[in-house]
Amino acid sequence: MNKEVINLKDVWVRYEDITVLEGINLVVQQHDFLGLIGPNGGGKSTLIKVILGMIKPCQGTVSVLDAPPRKSRKYIGYVPQYSLFDLNFPITVWEVGLMGRLGHRGLFSRYNSEDKQAVYKALDTVEMLEYKDRQIGKLSGGQRQRVFIARALAADPKLLLLDEPASGIDTHMQTEFYELLEKLKKSMAIVMVSHDISAISMYMDKIACLNRKLYYHDSKELTSDDLEATYQCPVEFIAHGVPHRVLKSH
Amino acid sequence: MLEILHYEIIRNAIIIGVLASIACGIIGVYVVVKRIVFISGGIAHASFGGVGLGYYLGIDPILGVLPFSIVSALSMGLVSRRSKLPEDTAIGILWAMGMAIGIILVNLTPGYAPDLMTYLFGSILFVSNSDIILMLILDAIIILIVLVFYKEFMALCFDEEFAEVSGVPVERLYLVLLCLIALTVVVLMQVVGIIMVIALLTIPAAFSREFTNDIRKMMGISMIFGAVFCILGISLSIVFFVPSGATIILCMAVFYCLYLGFNYIR
Repeated sequence: MNKEVINLKDVWVRYEDITVLEGINLVVQQHDFLGLIGPNGGGKSTLIKVILGMIKPCQGTVSVLDAPPRKSRKYIGYVPQYSLFDLNFPITVWEVGLMGRLGHRGLFSRYNSEDKQAVYKALDTVEMLEYKDRQIGKLSGGQRQRVFIARALAADPKLLLLDEPASGIDTHMQTEFYELLEKLKKSMAIVMVSHDISAISMYMDKIACLNRKLYYHDSKELTSDDLEATYQCPVEFIAHGVPHRVLKSH
Repeated sequence: MLEILHYEIIRNAIIIGVLASIACGIIGVYVVVKRIVFISGGIAHASFGGVGLGYYLGIDPILGVLPFSIVSALSMGLVSRRSKLPEDTAIGILWAMGMAIGIILVNLTPGYAPDLMTYLFGSILFVSNSDIILMLILDAIIILIVLVFYKEFMALCFDEEFAEVSGVPVERLYLVLLCLIALTVVVLMQVVGIIMVIALLTIPAAFSREFTNDIRKMMGISMIFGAVFCILGISLSIVFFVPSGATIILCMAVFYCLYLGFNYIR
């Protein structure tokens, strides 16, 4: 029996008078790998923040692992858009990893050996253990990305949320990156925001399009109507072979 | 007789230098890595309102500055985060407001404010034993709070969003950090004065960044820089009869600039 990891029912988000999300319904199950695409300003990051419990919807219900998102935060691994960091910040790979344990270790207590083991394991999974004493700015873009994934993994998450993680990584690194996610999928659900539709289609099980409304059929297939409605202009598509089909035959 | 006096001045200079360097070494590193130099400058300058409050109430101005700087830190933190004004606009307004309150209160106080310049530009000759005890207590509070919240402050400075997602009370901790800056302002004010506090919060920390990638080592190194430059500055000011605060700042700035220039040429 598949377990529901995310369940959004009729979720609306408004900033003042502007509606950002409109009637979103979404169910993500264990071992799902969902790709979330859509134009800039379409509400992708907002939706991620709703799932994280950082934005409260003005209507509708959000549940993560059968609880309100704030209660389930411990089990969510979050990988933000990495371009936002100060690369000169005096912090090592190891210390970044330890941050992933903040949700398990409350205020007034120090990191213990359990935390250190979790970080060790997470850095090992992403093959960054040998760089653990390196300052975060002295890594390549792809390596840094893996460190941020390790930070999310250190929390032992049941849900991994990635916000445009592949931007700024070269193509060759991206293949490695998606293979890593493929491996992680076995033990958690993954939701990933991206612009890169072609890469998404190769590795993801399900794809949703978001532009205020969510177009989603619980599968990998999108109709060209979905894409047109999302991007509000005709979208030209390069068809992949059958194994990677995104659009129905047409 | 003169020798004893000299001995006392030098002993005081060393004690004050060390006490100042503890506060500026630890908190200065957070100010520099979290890039909150502007809000720190705002807290320092707005504290002048506290000097005015002290004169007006007829108490030791330091006792006016302590609550006033904490209130300015909290209001700057809250206004810059919650109002729709851009952060730097909000800080700029509160910065000048605090100083204006100070000027009005000093003006309303009957008589002449003899040592007003001391608070603006610092003078260790006016530092009494009770001031030293106050510095000691404030240093102890700063060390204690930083030890307790070390991992949260690290997360807050590096990645606020992730800290929030992890359940860290980000806004409250940010306000705690600003209050620590306010306490640091009170410690440093006696040494270099309100106007120049910001230099002591930035130069040693920025200088220490040149030598390490580790935030704890940065704190250690900037404490050493702070102590060395404070003691050097105070000694030079005694020898050449120039104001101690300005001498300390110039010592630091000149050494830092020489270091940067030397590195650039190499």
